[in-house]
Amino acid sequence: MALASDVPKESFRLSMLIYDTRYRSITIQIFVLVLFGLFLAWLLNNTAQNLATRGKEFNFGFLWQRAGYDIGQQLIPYTNDSNHFRALLVGLINTLVVAIIGCVLATVIGVFVGVMRLSKNWLVGRLMTVYVEMFRNVPLLLWILLSYVILSETTPQPRDFRLTDEMAAAGEAPAASMILFDTVAVTNRGTNVPSPLFDRSLGTLDLGGMSISLTLLAYIAVIAGSVWVNRRILAAARAQQEATGDRPVTWWKSLAVLFVPVIALSAALGLHLEIPELRGFNFQGGILVAHSFTALVIALALYTAAFIAEIVRAGILAISRGQSEAAFALGLRPGRTMNLIILPQALRVIIPPLISQYLNLTKNTSLGIAVSYLDLRGTLGGITLNQTGRELECMLLMMLIYLTISLIISAVMNLYNKSVQIKAR
Amino acid sequence: MTKASYVRDQMLPPQAPPVSEAGVVKWLRENLFSGWFNTILTLVGVVVIYWLVASALPWWLNSVWNAESLGQCREIVAATAGEGATGACWAMIRERWHQFIFGFYPPDLWWRPIMAFGLLFVALAPVLFSGQRRNLTAILGAAFAFLLVTLYLAGAPMAAWVLVLALILGLAGLAQAMPGKLLWFTAIYPALCFWLLWGGSIWSPVAAMLGFVVMGVAYVALVGRMGPTASAIAGVVLAALWWLILDVPVANAIQSAIPFGLQPVASDQFGGFLLAITIGVTAITFSLPIGILLALGRQSDMLIVKTLCVGFIEFIRGVPLITLLFTASLLLQYFLPPGTNFDIILRVIILVTLFAAAYLAEVIRGGLAALPRGQYEAADALGLDYWRAQRLIILPQALKISIPAIVSTFIGLFKDTTLVAFVGLMDPLKGVTQIVRADIDWKGIYWEPYIFVGVIFFVICFGMSRYSMYLERKLKTDHR
Repeated sequence: MALASDVPKESFRLSMLIYDTRYRSITIQIFVLVLFGLFLAWLLNNTAQNLATRGKEFNFGFLWQRAGYDIGQQLIPYTNDSNHFRALLVGLINTLVVAIIGCVLATVIGVFVGVMRLSKNWLVGRLMTVYVEMFRNVPLLLWILLSYVILSETTPQPRDFRLTDEMAAAGEAPAASMILFDTVAVTNRGTNVPSPLFDRSLGTLDLGGMSISLTLLAYIAVIAGSVWVNRRILAAARAQQEATGDRPVTWWKSLAVLFVPVIALSAALGLHLEIPELRGFNFQGGILVAHSFTALVIALALYTAAFIAEIVRAGILAISRGQSEAAFALGLRPGRTMNLIILPQALRVIIPPLISQYLNLTKNTSLGIAVSYLDLRGTLGGITLNQTGRELECMLLMMLIYLTISLIISAVMNLYNKSVQIKAR
Repeated sequence: MTKASYVRDQMLPPQAPPVSEAGVVKWLRENLFSGWFNTILTLVGVVVIYWLVASALPWWLNSVWNAESLGQCREIVAATAGEGATGACWAMIRERWHQFIFGFYPPDLWWRPIMAFGLLFVALAPVLFSGQRRNLTAILGAAFAFLLVTLYLAGAPMAAWVLVLALILGLAGLAQAMPGKLLWFTAIYPALCFWLLWGGSIWSPVAAMLGFVVMGVAYVALVGRMGPTASAIAGVVLAALWWLILDVPVANAIQSAIPFGLQPVASDQFGGFLLAITIGVTAITFSLPIGILLALGRQSDMLIVKTLCVGFIEFIRGVPLITLLFTASLLLQYFLPPGTNFDIILRVIILVTLFAAAYLAEVIRGGLAALPRGQYEAADALGLDYWRAQRLIILPQALKISIPAIVSTFIGLFKDTTLVAFVGLMDPLKGVTQIVRADIDWKGIYWEPYIFVGVIFFVICFGMSRYSMYLERKLKTDHR
């Protein structure tokens, strides 16, 4: 009987480290590790030397110094007396706002265009193809710059909205007028939109430097509560349907639960819109949305939507024809075929590339620098960096933050992806 | 029974189909008006098209090609088309096109980038259409014709003509005799292109290329004795030694013995599409091999190699390209030994290459993962070692699967070359357009420069995506 111990023992030779496949991978890995370590040491050594010759040190203390610059769009209170860390936060929030609005808009437009491109209507299909090819093959920077230039150079000046006495007497209209029932004014300085105001505001809660609006909290609580109740109603309806086969009518309950509490809260707090008004040389009241923001959102949404449209189209085409034919054979209408048969299956194909489009959009918000939109890149990596001269710290911190955002987005979307994948048993 | 039974003894001629089931009417009914919803869509589409045409057509028709400034353009439009009419002012392009194409490259040296551009296609041809003599000859002919016309227009000196004629005739002969050997021109093209664009002594690119020769010679000499892995490492080490120690002295020595060179052009004179194409083509060329290596590293069984590759790929993919470009312009001075300072275009090219390589690695990893397990096992069963298995069995199939994604990464890379504007380089989109719009003559012009640049980008990127479709069809071996 031949046992493993009978195998003649090979003596270990040094050359086996290279020629024997059992040891070679270890040799290579150690070699790579040593090289990598040497490379890192070389980088760190260089950095230390360079910092020393420039008389700089590596610390993040500068974040708590006075920033001294203004930021146009600030969603948390900020003045030029705040510190650089506060500026960083404002920039981060600006980045996230553009990213979130851009993702939502891009998804809506992208799904619409993707479905329309597959429509049997020849004309609409061609129009959508032109849109997709046009936006996919031209740099995003062009769309950002073009929309910014168009917004700021073709829109009227605030004084064009003025109705002077002579014009009123002559029965003439002013050169420009507000849109959307006289609530929104687009001027060359920005877009003036109405702002919500409360007569009986709940005030703010001060949490050691962070002030949280109680009104906002109240809205979030009410909406979350309504959504939860609505889900209970739907679950109850589903249970009854599975037990008896009859589905109770729920739409009016859902509508009531979703909207009545919010409307009641608004009435209780005295919500009204403050509509921008032309006073003096400029519009007063309302919120001034800078063109840099609008241009960035429009360009990012339209550009990314073209890619999402292709993803959606590919996802729908990937579902075999047999599926839709089977649905038609069951007597489902085209709309319900789409909702019940095609889309749930197509989602599985669509989600992974969609994640990477969301990531791309988020990273592309850093192009806001082209139109002086002060996002993370503009505050931390722009003005703060130039004022403090801390290139190393600012750049590393900024990369770290972008990396974290990317990882969070992909983690969240991967969770969603898991929930729509086929559960293989 | 009566005899008067009626029996048809001849067939009726077939009737024409109903009007609604034939020709244009049928097509219209099926494709545009097949239901109330489709009809609405069609009408909306027609309204949109009408609106687009009605607002853009007069602007195109009233185009002005000869004017000194935007104000003059507007006067001409007002004079010809009446007050209040709009018109495009292409006179700006006519006056400034050279900045969009060459940046501030000296006009009397334009023949050099032109020649590099024409020869680029000659260098690409053997890669794109390997071994197809007819296509190769066609591309050579087209490049030759392009060079003749453009070099004449650019007023090239005698030496340039001699060089082009010698190159083209030699390559045409080579393409007829041994089309496979044309790849050698592709191999030396990077050095030639560098020399043409930046000028200076010819011996520095030659000496740099000699490093690769050293690597090749060392590999061939040692591979019989030491096996492929060790001899490859030895070759790389020897080449690195050559570049670090001998390269510059050798180049200087030959230059002082046989001085031969072109007038040097500094990097800050590069701009426009010259810059975009230089960065784009270089980064595309070098990112593919790096991307393949990274993808293989990520699929590898070796834990440390795999971890390093994953870390690199995820880091690069997690940050925006702009931050990497800023790293190139601001941080490299910290990471490199004190006193090193090398060209900003080169730094940007390195960072863009690494960026594209990380994306390519993920794309190629998808192709590797899509291959059935049996292919790997079959390669092992044949007794192929790792590199042979990759080169002969795995990569050809994996790359074929990932062609569309690879090309769209390339398209993205080429579009991203516009971002170099943020580190002070003069890209066609932001850099040059800003210069033009800052000129008092052209202040306030916005559609024309963006349309001009956009159309050129569109043509290049659309061309790339069409080529990828051609390649997919050509390489398709399954019959689905």
